[in-house]
Amino acid sequence: MNLAAVLRSARSEGRTLLLPYLMAGVPTREATVDLFMAMAEAGADGFEVGIPYADPLMDGPVIEAAGRLALSSGTTFGRGMELAAEVASRTGLPCVVMTYVNPILRRGYERFCAEVAAAGLDGVIAADLPVDEAEPLAMAARKAGVSLIPLVAPTTSAERIARAAALQPPFIYAVAELGVTGERAGPNERASGLVARIREVTDLPVGMGVGISTPEQARSAATMADAVIVGTAVVRRVLEAGSSREATRAVTDLVSSLRAAID
Amino acid sequence: MTAMSRPDDQGRFGAYGGRFAPETLIPALETLEEEFEAAMADPAFLAELSDLLRDFVGRPTPLYEATRLSEALGVRVLLKREDLAHTGAHKINNTVGQGLLARRMGKPRVIAETGAGQHGVATATACALFGLECEVFMGTVDIERQAINVDRMRMLGATVTPVTAGAGTLKDAVSAALRDWVATVETTHYIIGSVVGPHPFPTIVREFQRVIGEETITQLGDRRPDVVVACVGGGSNSMGMFHPFADRGVDLVGVEAGGDGLSSGRHGATLSAGSPGVLHGAMTYMLQDDEGQVLEAHSISAGLDYPGVGPEHAYFKDAGIARYESVTDDEAVAAMSLLSSHEGIVPALESAHAIAWVERERAALAGKTVVVCLSGRGDKDLDHVRTR
Repeated sequence: MNLAAVLRSARSEGRTLLLPYLMAGVPTREATVDLFMAMAEAGADGFEVGIPYADPLMDGPVIEAAGRLALSSGTTFGRGMELAAEVASRTGLPCVVMTYVNPILRRGYERFCAEVAAAGLDGVIAADLPVDEAEPLAMAARKAGVSLIPLVAPTTSAERIARAAALQPPFIYAVAELGVTGERAGPNERASGLVARIREVTDLPVGMGVGISTPEQARSAATMADAVIVGTAVVRRVLEAGSSREATRAVTDLVSSLRAAID
Repeated sequence: MTAMSRPDDQGRFGAYGGRFAPETLIPALETLEEEFEAAMADPAFLAELSDLLRDFVGRPTPLYEATRLSEALGVRVLLKREDLAHTGAHKINNTVGQGLLARRMGKPRVIAETGAGQHGVATATACALFGLECEVFMGTVDIERQAINVDRMRMLGATVTPVTAGAGTLKDAVSAALRDWVATVETTHYIIGSVVGPHPFPTIVREFQRVIGEETITQLGDRRPDVVVACVGGGSNSMGMFHPFADRGVDLVGVEAGGDGLSSGRHGATLSAGSPGVLHGAMTYMLQDDEGQVLEAHSISAGLDYPGVGPEHAYFKDAGIARYESVTDDEAVAAMSLLSSHEGIVPALESAHAIAWVERERAALAGKTVVVCLSGRGDKDLDHVRTR
């Protein structure tokens, strides 16, 4: 099932999806796919696979460090895409890649979207591509049968949310907090206000991410959103683990506790 | 093709510019554009800016006939003395303007990035002037090589936040400032230091720097220069100088950081040796590898040590409005000493790049009149050059 279909059936069952994020190539190329497998077994419904970029403006220190580690140990953009394909085929779950616009531009929008489709991925999130600049990539994505997933933030107006919805993505990515990715206190009233604005404009599913790291935060996000996205908390556990076994245990524990909190 | 007064609806100069920034920032960029255009149409704002430029910054800066240098080179050289502006560089033109804008928008906090420290000092100065809280992001390598400016910023009441990411230079400082801004955008104005970043920053910074070129045109009177030269890192002094000169039949030459030489791969010559891409919110020329990963720049000059360049320069290059050359670290250091010993003016290493180009091209320039934008003074660089 693709991501849109999974989101539809989850909504009809009154279930919230859990979509963990991990950077491809972290902690090593060999270990990445096994960690995604462990998260799948622990109850993830799908994934965001980070493709490393050298200047990640939307990411806090943890994911930035993960990107540096991946790049310096040979996970190029191309190898990151190969790993994402492997994650999709081995887990059998819907996956999107998350990265930045410049490496996509360099590859060429059409070639990149064809690669996304051929890899069995559902789409792409480009953290520095607002709707104003999104049309060329969105068009290439449509042509390839995949999606560009737009982000909206607590500062985003209803008019801009409508422009995001017009791209007809499988879900709208609601940035729960001001600020870059990281572990924080939220989600707060800003997030609920944003979701209320989104619901007024569109009935597209909402995925909520940025600043969500604990089971309590995930539970709170799940009351508002169709999918909960957890990134930094996963990445930090992997970076801090002393061995692959320890990393596997840490992400399994985290995803299980998030799953339990959401359901 | 001609220079544009304003970019198009998408914030583009031809193919370059735009707004490639996290969604969180876009509404603030839209508001900033509206506030900026309203301010520039407000006689009270313009009058206050003009008074401050005269009484606080010390404008107009002189256009100085460099006689002994001219004799030595066989080229008539006129220096636009931005080194004599308050705080020792052109950066203050922009920070006073944007400081006024921050106050007008009711933002109590200002952030900035700095490479050579000149923009950081100029921002800290404007914040002291307007009573705004100030935090400056600076790469750890630059903190080392521009230590005097770090002390100046702290004396002015600013917080200097070291940036360890990447190479610890200007690119990393810009990224750190943008990340801070994503979290603080509601209370904070980002005074970006060059004609870079997402729309409307390249336009705002150019408009506050165009006083350099406008004054020069007035000061030249009947004299017609053949060439106008300025160094280009992000490109604010050069754009401030070039924009008023565009379409006036003058050869405009931007001089980039050649570092160890273009063939070494260790340089900051974005327009000469880079390719189009997206960096720090704008489509522009940048240094990148085959996969679109940003490459580190290398230059002895912290202010030119940047893998991107303002999008309007990218447009000027493609449209043939200006041309872009480069000189090496060694040539810049030699030019710093040439100007110092011939004119009693110690230029910043950044500005020395423009002098170095005139020196290298003196045969082709023989008998011509060349205006050089002397963007800043070199006190900050003496330690770095001596210990090189």
